[in-house]
Amino acid sequence: MEASQFKSNQYVKFCPGCGDHAICMALQKAMAEVGVPTHQTVVISGIGCSSRMPHYLNTYGFNTIHGRGAAIATGVKTSHPELSVWQMTGDGDCLAIGGNHFIHELRRNVDLNICLFNNRIYGLTKGQYSPTSPKGFVSKSSPYGTVERPFIPAELVLGARGTFFARTLDVDMPTTVECMVAGHRHKGASVIECLVNCVIFNNGTHSWISDRETRADHSIVLRHGEKMIFGKEKNKGLTLDYTQGVMPQLIVVAADDPRVLTHDATMQDPTLHRMLAMMGQDIPASSPQLPIALGVIRNVEEETYDSAVNQQIEQVREHSKVKTFDQLTSTLEQWER
Amino acid sequence: MCKFYCNFASYFVTYNHTNGLYKCIYYMQKQHVVVRFCGDSGDGMQLTGTMFASLSAILGNEISTLPDFPAEIRAPQGTLGGVSGFQVQLGTGVYTPGDQADVIVAMNAAALKVCALGSKFNQAGALWEEKSSMFKRDAVILVDTDSLTAKDLEKALYTTDNPFTELGIPESVQIIPVALTQLTKESLKDMGLDNKTMLKSRNMFALGLVCWLFNRPVDKATAFLESKFQKKPQLIAPNVKVLTDGYNYGNNLALNIQTMNVEKSHDLPKGTYTSIAGNKATAWGLIAAAEKCGKRLFLGSYPITPATDIMHELASRKDMGVMVVQAEDEIAGVCTAIGAAFAGDLAATSTSGPGLSLKGEAIGLAVMAELPLVVIDVQRGGPSTGLPTKTEQTDLMQAIYGRNGECPAVVMAASSSANCFDYAYQACKIALENMTPVILLTDTYLANGTGLWRIPKLSELPDIHPQSVPEALKGHYNPALRDERGVRYWAYPGMEGYEHRNIGLERDADKGTISTNPENHQRMVLARKAKIEQVAEQLPPLQVQGNADSDTLLIGWGSTEGHLLAAAEQLNCALAHFNYIHPLPANTADILRKYKRLVVCELNNGQFATYLRSQIEGIALDQYNEMTAQPFAVDRIVNFVKNSL
Repeated sequence: MEASQFKSNQYVKFCPGCGDHAICMALQKAMAEVGVPTHQTVVISGIGCSSRMPHYLNTYGFNTIHGRGAAIATGVKTSHPELSVWQMTGDGDCLAIGGNHFIHELRRNVDLNICLFNNRIYGLTKGQYSPTSPKGFVSKSSPYGTVERPFIPAELVLGARGTFFARTLDVDMPTTVECMVAGHRHKGASVIECLVNCVIFNNGTHSWISDRETRADHSIVLRHGEKMIFGKEKNKGLTLDYTQGVMPQLIVVAADDPRVLTHDATMQDPTLHRMLAMMGQDIPASSPQLPIALGVIRNVEEETYDSAVNQQIEQVREHSKVKTFDQLTSTLEQWER
Repeated sequence: MCKFYCNFASYFVTYNHTNGLYKCIYYMQKQHVVVRFCGDSGDGMQLTGTMFASLSAILGNEISTLPDFPAEIRAPQGTLGGVSGFQVQLGTGVYTPGDQADVIVAMNAAALKVCALGSKFNQAGALWEEKSSMFKRDAVILVDTDSLTAKDLEKALYTTDNPFTELGIPESVQIIPVALTQLTKESLKDMGLDNKTMLKSRNMFALGLVCWLFNRPVDKATAFLESKFQKKPQLIAPNVKVLTDGYNYGNNLALNIQTMNVEKSHDLPKGTYTSIAGNKATAWGLIAAAEKCGKRLFLGSYPITPATDIMHELASRKDMGVMVVQAEDEIAGVCTAIGAAFAGDLAATSTSGPGLSLKGEAIGLAVMAELPLVVIDVQRGGPSTGLPTKTEQTDLMQAIYGRNGECPAVVMAASSSANCFDYAYQACKIALENMTPVILLTDTYLANGTGLWRIPKLSELPDIHPQSVPEALKGHYNPALRDERGVRYWAYPGMEGYEHRNIGLERDADKGTISTNPENHQRMVLARKAKIEQVAEQLPPLQVQGNADSDTLLIGWGSTEGHLLAAAEQLNCALAHFNYIHPLPANTADILRKYKRLVVCELNNGQFATYLRSQIEGIALDQYNEMTAQPFAVDRIVNFVKNSL
């Protein structure tokens, strides 16, 4: 299919320069690559800039209420597992008001593709700090800086027993499309954290890696089965150092060091995935030499909620003699009058 | 045991297999009778009561039941807080479980006290009073004398060793003292059971006695036990033995007790009957509607008293293809249902008052997105956590108005445990045919109580035609397009050529896309209102029951119908009882204007009265309001109407 088939007739109203434009185009490309027809593709969103996305996609879409997209998407997918269901959400929609639904869709492992647009700010309400804003962040609702500790989405996903986590950058279209396609192919709840820039209220929030000059040295794109190598000159690699205390630590070594790790996104044990996902996430970074991980960090298969629910119904129906209302009432203790 | 009815009206002869004696027993003929089983939470009173009620129904009585159990799962044994009750009225012309009991079965000292003092049971020094007691002046009380030891009395906070005198129970009350515990042990002594298992069968001895008192054939009761203990067959024989011994013990009692014969119902239509609890009837109404319209039933719900049994019932009906999501919270309960509705299912959510508060915003989304959704609110005492196990009609305003914006939905109410089935079915029909959320109000009283239900065949139920979309709109569809009734067309994922974006934002009345245009908003607000108002044309007209020629019209809604009907009969006045509240039946104003005196009776502080005043101009309404979180007592309504003339 072509990306243009997924483009709706609506004028895209994101602010000029907003990272969401790029994500929108990436989505259209990813959906085309995946190839599920438009009438079998459903895009559910909550409220916020990110949640405008369904309007720009020529699929079935539902722009719902703040924070509840996860629950509504769970209802769509569980009742109709044959549909390809995407959820568009932001750091406020997903991690503040919708936090409960988010952890439970992950715990249940509903087969959804969840695009979490993280710009570390409330944009649509014009600039309040969000659950991912760094401590000390100055905004309209935190004029003296926030005193709150932020969430790190990857940590929350793994804590909620998430089976798929990828991180992408608005300005890196190929990786974004790649992660979205991988998210779709993964059976289960796939979280794709899209680091997006809010040009109006939080410009440059991801400049540490979005800056073209420094991106290659400040980030690493992880790919399953490939060596963890990064840097402008592809001269750096990641490995585990077992010499610093009890816990091993990720360190940067030369790319040709035989200790350079090969990425395995399918490990059930999330320990290394967490270490990789947490690189550069404590802001400001305490160990700036470690790159921020992009790409598919975790991708493990487990039974999905929607298929389990439907299978159980099928199994019970198969073995039951009662299948209709009249048969059901005949099982009652009853008498004629 | 067999019985030969003599030609004399007032006695019959029984033959006792145990002692081979014929015996002539006098009995009282009763139109209806109220029995209350009362004991410790662990005494099996709910089972005993349910069995007796079902037995009576099978034998041709109308029944209405009221389980009344404590909020605590297991309060300390023998204490006042742990008393569990089950009341049933049987006979003919039965509309309610009855105000006060004719027969009490008290399994222990605490139960005796709670029954005798009613709402004043925990007041030191309180004495039996007719107006607050749970039994009548001429009641019969079966009491376990083995459970009136000094220790039992102390646990139930008695201060003397004679509970009957201490409670001031009048002499007109007949006490039948029975050593239930000893007799049960005696009955089971050769069965090789442990003491605990034996004691658990005390309730069956009591049930046997009550069967004797009401001339219930014991073989019907034993058949019940056999089906009840299908999965624990080792318990059948002991329970049957105790029940039979209880019956025979009554038969051999050398007491001057009159047994009772309760009239069979004579005005029930022919058919197949069962007794059903309101929550189960509600669940089954949804199941029937789904099968009738060929859609899958989806329930998104979160556990909440007293609505949870609806979820339990539906979760166990996977054989019928029902899908239940036990959500992470009330909001997710309704939101998963909205998701299923968006995807084309018959979607429902079940809850109680606090849950309805939490679901408010999402119900607004279903109003705005114009999706079919059934919201069942089993009302309980409020506000906040309130009285979770008690009954009240206090969510009416919340159901009609409790959302942001101009947000009309259909609001309706069931009025008996059995007709929860019909109104749940109708709620689905209205939702699917009119693309709107429908809020169905029931309450604790209906949900846990049981009534006689004539079992319908699916073919007898009205057809349901869910809204669809004309083929001609393929390729041109948008979610604002409406039919001639003003109901938007329904296309859902999987349908090729109808892809669209639905929203909780205001939409353009023609294009269906986001709009902030001022005129458009007004147009859409009115379109949503008109869509709900046209539902009135699909509703049955309001009927007047009782003496339609009276000057006085009682007005009620929801679960109070039985009590109001009984009150209207006693007052020889008319009753207009509402099941459809928003919109009101089209003839409502005409009927209300015919009567001189209108008395709105509700278990709240006047919510329906306030609503009626806002809907019908120039009517003067009297109000009778109770906020005790208990069902009405017919006597109190009658007294109010008589005394406030």
